[in-house]
Amino acid sequence: MDAVIVKDRSAVGARRRPLIPNAVLGMLIFIVTEAMFFAGLISALTIVRSSAMGGLWPPPGQPRLPVGQTAFNTAALLVSGLLLLFAAWRFRREARSARWPLLASVLLGLTFVALQGVEWVALLKEGLTLTSGAHGGFFYLIIGMHAAHAVAALVALAVCLARLMRGTLEGAFFGAAQAFWYFVVAVWPVLYLRVYF
Amino acid sequence: MSASAPAGTDSSAPHGHPEEGFFRKYLWSTDHKIIAMQYLLTGMAMALIGGFTVYAFRMQVAFPGESVPGFGQVTPGAYNALVTSHGTVMIFWVAMPVLIAAFGNYLIPLMIGCDDMVFPRLNRLSYQIFLLSAVVFIATFFVDGGAFGGAWTAYPPLSTKPEYSLTPLGAPLWLIAVALEFVAFLIGGINFVTTVMNSRAPGMKMFDVPIVVWMIIAASILFMASIGPLIAGAMMMLMDQLAGTHFYDPTQGGDPVLWQHLFWFFGHPEVYVVLFPALGIVAEVITVFARKKLFAYKTVLYTAIGTCVLSFFVWAHHQFVAGIDPRMANVFSVTTLLISVPIAEMLFVFIATLYGGSIRLATPMLWALAFLVEFLLGGVTGIFLGASAADIYFHDTYFVVAHFHYTFFPIAFIAVFAGLTYWFPKMFGRMMNETLGKIHFWGTVIPFNFIFIPLFITGASGDHRRIYNYNHFPDLARPELQDLRVLATVALVVLLAFQLVFLVNFFWSMRKGRKAEANPWKANTLEWAAASPPPHGNFAELPTVYRGPYEYSVPDRPDDYWPQHMPG
Repeated sequence: MDAVIVKDRSAVGARRRPLIPNAVLGMLIFIVTEAMFFAGLISALTIVRSSAMGGLWPPPGQPRLPVGQTAFNTAALLVSGLLLLFAAWRFRREARSARWPLLASVLLGLTFVALQGVEWVALLKEGLTLTSGAHGGFFYLIIGMHAAHAVAALVALAVCLARLMRGTLEGAFFGAAQAFWYFVVAVWPVLYLRVYF
Repeated sequence: MSASAPAGTDSSAPHGHPEEGFFRKYLWSTDHKIIAMQYLLTGMAMALIGGFTVYAFRMQVAFPGESVPGFGQVTPGAYNALVTSHGTVMIFWVAMPVLIAAFGNYLIPLMIGCDDMVFPRLNRLSYQIFLLSAVVFIATFFVDGGAFGGAWTAYPPLSTKPEYSLTPLGAPLWLIAVALEFVAFLIGGINFVTTVMNSRAPGMKMFDVPIVVWMIIAASILFMASIGPLIAGAMMMLMDQLAGTHFYDPTQGGDPVLWQHLFWFFGHPEVYVVLFPALGIVAEVITVFARKKLFAYKTVLYTAIGTCVLSFFVWAHHQFVAGIDPRMANVFSVTTLLISVPIAEMLFVFIATLYGGSIRLATPMLWALAFLVEFLLGGVTGIFLGASAADIYFHDTYFVVAHFHYTFFPIAFIAVFAGLTYWFPKMFGRMMNETLGKIHFWGTVIPFNFIFIPLFITGASGDHRRIYNYNHFPDLARPELQDLRVLATVALVVLLAFQLVFLVNFFWSMRKGRKAEANPWKANTLEWAAASPPPHGNFAELPTVYRGPYEYSVPDRPDDYWPQHMPG
């Protein structure tokens, strides 16, 4: 090959056609670590729960978590994930047509985070705090870490939306942001089942 | 420079823009080689701190109560802080940055024939976070209450309650420093794996990748897969320390042993995270200096992958005395003994590679051979500790300390010296001095054995570790063992003194050594196809790969080596 024409990174990358673009692959590897992070939190909770006094969880005197209300939030999150899949499908066909499903997906994600926030306020009023024993600590840590991931992913998706409107959204960047949101959506049912029930 | 990143086409103007200032070139660079040097030099500086701490606390053990020259009186609190800092520094700020980050950054793009990492700016960020973590760690020495003294394993409740640890600021800062360091290596690991997957030179198939690159990749994946639970555990610990939560507090429904599980779930794979790059370095050096093809390339690779998987199922052998269920201890004894099989197999593979080779005992080869011998001793003594019945006796004695150092010193120093002396001509374009190299080699390996063989003996006699002054415990004092303690300490001082020879050799050769050609060791791998030292962008013309990395002494060829990038 003519070495002098190699001017930028993409040209070097083009010497090999990667199966998965760099950004998406990097994100997938990151997600492995993230999955292990949540697995660590969940197994910690499982260990503490299984050795709880008298097998009672939540411990006596602690409020039950709002299972029903959170089921609604869960539905909103799952629909948001499906909408993003739909947006990705539209993006491959005709990029600009992905903007409505993408916007809807971001809005539903925001709804999820907002409703979780409302739930937290109610729980705090009932006296469930970080320092009120292992139950409260695990609840706020695990759900809070998930919320932090959700917010980060939503920021990335919002950037995607802005770039899509300007017509500068690259497939690899969008792919990486999608992968992260799918992870946030997919890990939630597991957390919901392990933490709330 | 990252925006219009380099392709390295013309060595006089490596990437088509003018020479940069010192700051842009050495401190703010996205060049993988400069970042590798930053990691290497930071790691060496931290090794000096780690060496100084061990000097101070070993002097206290050998000559209790006397003022240590260069340090002064070692108080009990200072003793704990010194031991903790020694462990933390040597593992997290010496072994990890040098073995994974420095060698990984330097070798991966060169050995797979590309111009740089796929995420050069993330790479720069990784080093900056690492540097910040080192600064935060050093800062713990100067805060109120002093540095954290709860051992590098930081078991609660000692680490979570300031009234026990007596370091209200040192403990959380220590944890933050370690967490920052993890973030740095997480970014680095993502970069390594993505680069090797997506940027290999044309023609380089999976089994044409040099074993050291595979080993660094295996180590990175292992690190990234095991670090998640520890980050979770560290977050819980930090909240226990600062936010008043009760994750590890049994009086409030928490569980202190939980931390041990989360810590060792990372902590044991971590052993293999640092071991793999060391084995890879030794493999490269042995093939080149025995002029023989690496014996059983694919077996080494599959063994490494198998070890990675198995290493996730051995962690509780650190907790045999922590009150875990004896049935669980049995299971973990079996997995622990099993994991010695693949590692023994790799050592046999290296011995088989040596067999019948034309061995040249240059300094890198001496280090590589010493690695095999010393690491073997470390591995064999591990069997005693893996058997839960024996471990109940050996736990928390100097036997554990000696075993651990017989594995870790070969990894973090012997293999690193093999790698540094081997790749030095490539890194700096000059040869190291062989005579000084050999003086340093013998001056390191002999005292090393004189430190830790006595500790095996004291440990087997029941000498408890973590004792500040044996005279305070008449039941444990064992005055007849004091000579061995003194012997170990004297050997340590000798070993530390001989490191000066290395530093002199390293910095003198960097500027004044004999000029090295592009391929001084007549090796096959792609880094030797680049100039010494390689310019920004690495290769004058990006190479194409035609064969595997270990084609030495192929019959019917004029040369006994056959570089990967040579057609025909």
